[in-house]
Formats: sequence, structure tokens, C-alpha cells
Amino acid sequence: MYTQGLDQKGENAGRRLDDAGLLAAFQARIDAEEKIEAKDWMPDAYRRTLIRQISQHAHSEIIGMQPEGNWLTRAPSLRRKAILLAKVQDEAGHGLYLYSAAETLGTSRGQMVADLLSGKAKYSSIFNYPTLTWADIGAIGWLVDGAAIMNQIPLCRCSYGPYARAMVRICKEESFHQRQGFEIMLMLSRGSAEQKAMAQDALNRWWWPSLMMFGPGDADSKHSAQSMAWKIKRFSNDELRQKFVDVTVPQAEFLGIRVPDDDLKFNAQTGHYEFGEIDWQEFFDVLAGNGPCNRQRLEKRQRAHDDGAWVREAAHAYAEKHGQRAAA
Amino acid sequence: MTSDQALTRYLLRLGDNALILAQRLSELVASGPELEEELATANFALDYLGQARMFYSRACELEGAGRTEDDMAFLRGEREFENLLLLEQPNHHFGDTIVRQVLFDSFYLLQLEALINCGDQGLADIAARAHKEIRYHLRHSSQWLVRLGDGTDKSHARVQESLHRLWRYSGELFDGDAVDEILRQEFNGPDLVSIREQWRAGLQTLLATATLTVPEDQWMDSGGRQGRHTEHFGYLLAEMQYLQRSFPGASW
Repeated sequence: MYTQGLDQKGENAGRRLDDAGLLAAFQARIDAEEKIEAKDWMPDAYRRTLIRQISQHAHSEIIGMQPEGNWLTRAPSLRRKAILLAKVQDEAGHGLYLYSAAETLGTSRGQMVADLLSGKAKYSSIFNYPTLTWADIGAIGWLVDGAAIMNQIPLCRCSYGPYARAMVRICKEESFHQRQGFEIMLMLSRGSAEQKAMAQDALNRWWWPSLMMFGPGDADSKHSAQSMAWKIKRFSNDELRQKFVDVTVPQAEFLGIRVPDDDLKFNAQTGHYEFGEIDWQEFFDVLAGNGPCNRQRLEKRQRAHDDGAWVREAAHAYAEKHGQRAAA
Repeated sequence: MTSDQALTRYLLRLGDNALILAQRLSELVASGPELEEELATANFALDYLGQARMFYSRACELEGAGRTEDDMAFLRGEREFENLLLLEQPNHHFGDTIVRQVLFDSFYLLQLEALINCGDQGLADIAARAHKEIRYHLRHSSQWLVRLGDGTDKSHARVQESLHRLWRYSGELFDGDAVDEILRQEFNGPDLVSIREQWRAGLQTLLATATLTVPEDQWMDSGGRQGRHTEHFGYLLAEMQYLQRSFPGASW
């Protein structure tokens, strides 16, 4: 998931308008682990939360094609090029399923894309970091997709049926993405001194932004409680972050590269790794548009949209012309 | 040139065509006019790339010199690539991309069709597989050509211009040399003269549906089969080969 629990505000407004009986019945269905489907009654706030979360997730898939696309033409072997192309293609596919899942809630892809381009809708800020070397492609697969999987597996059990079902397929593909990323890192870490340095540098740059992907700490994540009650969310941001650290640190050790955190240590009593303080200022800066690539990512999307306008117009004109001819 | 040498070179050319087009298409990721089109472009690039890998592998096997598909892609110089000039042309706008696809794929499909019955089983098997993919590509790009040609005035003018711009690279498709001749005579390979007739007939029908005009046969550029490229090619290669050239001998 690339949703981070962003722009959570105004979620309570709809609740008082909804009938208390309907709400209670709705909650009872959720508590009984029933799936909510598109045509079922649902509170406005539940609908809005899902539209926001699913569209953010879709936008993240689409924007996420850019940092990886940056290395498609320079992949170092034909096999790597093929894997990366397949991965980027999967991401476009994920974006499509997710836009479709969000459309079941009464929005449209056109509206969602307009919100992305205007800056109103967010996407995961991890994609506002640049991919500077080939090792970054490894690090994105290993860390970014690794973090995404931690978030996404519980979403396969999300209370909203269309989202949960889309996530089942997406998770299968994400796990392939994560493995290919780790494999790139493994090759680099077993390679020449230059390649190993490349892998270490990528870990240095991607480690902290990856931890930020889980969103603010539980104490600062005010709306997580409602999403948990609705079973959109199953684990808290901090729980998922801890799980990610616990899984990933031994992998870094296996690769023989160092996690860039002087405070990192294993606590034998808790069975968990303790890690240093996250620089939340950086997180909020990037979120606010002040990351290395925010402007570039949106500009590229806007350019594709603008450059494609004449093509979409032609397709509409053709369909209209021939629809009319067929009807005549 | 022995017949095996000709076959190896022919396979390399097929691999070069597929690889260079895959490379151009992969530049387009995340810049399509619609999300569905981005998915299709990545998918097509992946198909060509898969074909290139199969052609190269078969060529390496025949050559028997221990070279690999990656040696072919990343360690040969500009003059050693023998792809068609059409395929290395920059993407420009969507209309150019579609015209490049239609001009090439309508030729490539006929070429593959003939190769399915060729005398080298390895090549015939690859051709059979590639043929299925290219049939679908051609259907997709032909539909776009019709939509653009018969869409708005603007799209019509643009795609007609693309056709004029790229037409000069279409003569080379049929400009066979000794390698093609050996393939035809000794491996039951494609007859470029008859392919040319079929290609023109098919294209004329398609362009008529698209309300587009077939360009007059002007001066035709050529040189791909001799490794004599357009200026664009060196940059394409420099980008594609950069990591392999920067870290000689490294594994990735």
C-alpha cells in the first residue's frame, strides 16, 4: 500500500447525518467479517475514506512507474530489462484495477486523475525520491515493495469487497517484485567493490524513506482508530513498521550491507529490533511538495496528459462518427 | 559466406530489429495518452524484447563462439548492429509511434509467416511464437491508425505527416542483400519481392480505411543491413549499453 493515511480530515461530518440504526447494522456486518459490496448501504465517511485510500494507492502505482521507468532503457542485461518492463507493466495494471475498484464507490477515473494532476490527491511520497543508480531499482523492489507488501497483505481482508479482491491479485505480483529487487541487491553485494558500494549507497538513501511509508507514528495518526473499526486497516502504522524492520534487517545482514541507523539493535527480550528516530520533518516536507522529484513527477504526468489530448479527442471523434453512421 | 553464417547473421538482424524497437518503446513508459495505452506499450516492448532474446540465443548457438545474448546487445558497436533504420527513429508524438509500428509490423508479420516454414527448426519455432504476438500488435496499431486518420482534422493532418516523414525508411524493408538471398534459396526463407506486393496491398487498404493517402515513392534511405545508421542510433546505443560499458565483466 502506498497510502500512508494522508489528509485525514473531516471524516466525522457524515456520521451524524447517517441513521443510527443503519450504522449499527453496518458495523455489525463488519464485525461479523462480512464483505461490504458496491451496492450495499455504507456511511458517507466510509465511502470517502475508501475513495481517498484506493485512489491514493492507484496514483502511487502510476507515479511509481516513473522512477523505475527511468532505468528501463539502461537496464544492464536483457533479462533485467525484461523483468523491469514486466514490473512497470504490472504497475500500470494495478493502477487500472484500483481506479476501477474506486469507481465502484461512485467516483470516476477522470475525476481521480484530475485530482492527482491538480495536486489535490496525494500519492506515496517515496516516489518523490530519485533513482540515481541501477542499485536503486534493486532497493525499490526490496525495500519499497517489501514495505508495500507489509501494508497490502492485510488489505486482502479489507471489509470492502472490491478493494480486498483487487488486493489479492496485486499482492501476488508485488511479492514477485520484492523478490526481483532482493535478487538485484544480492547480485550487487556479491559483485565487485564498485557494485557493493552501489548497493550500500542505495540502502543508505532508501532506508529511512521506506520506514516513512507506513505513515506517522500511532500517537500522531488520529484517524487510524476509525479505519481499524471499519476493518479497512488491520494493523497500526507502528506495528507494520516494526514488522518491516524485523524482517528486513536480517536480509541486509545477509547481503552484507549496513542499515544506516546507529541506534539499531536487537532486543532479545522483546524479540524485536529497536531503531532510531525517524526524521518526520523530512516526511512532512516531501508530503508538502518539497521532495527532490515532486514537481518532476507531476509535470511528467501532466505532459503525458496534455500531449495525449489530441489522441483522445481523435478517438472520441472517431467513435462518435462511426457510432452515428452505424445508427443511421 | 556459408549458409550457416548467413543464417546466423539473419537471426542477428531479426534480434536487432526487435531489440531496437523494444528500446524505443520502453522510452515511452509513463507517457501514453491513456493508461491502457501505457500498458499496451509496455506489453509490446516486452514482446519484442522476448523475441530479440530468442533470436540472439539461436544466433549464439549457431555461431558457437561462446557469446551470449547480452554480448550481442551490449558489447557490439554501432556498425555491428544491422537493424532497419525505421526502428531506430525517435518516438516524437503518438502518431509517429503508431505509423512506425504499422509500417514495420505489417512487414514483420509477413516475414514471420514465411519463416514459420523455413529450413531451420530453431528459427521456425521462434517465428511461430512471434507471429501470434505481432498479429495482435498489428491489429492494435492499425486500429489506432484508423482512429487518428479518421478522427479529427488535427489528428488526420498529424498522422498523415508522420506517414510522410517515415515513408523514406520503408523502402529498406524489402531491400534484401546476399544474406536474404541465401535464406530464401537454402532455407526456404521469405521472398521479399512477393512480400512487398502483399505489404503494399494491405497498407493501401488500411490507409484507405483511415482516409489517409499513400505517400509517393520518394527517395528512400537505407543502410541498416550494412550497419550504416542514422545519427539517432549512437545515442540509443550509448544509453542502452552504458552500464555494461562502464563496468566491464560485471554480472548483474
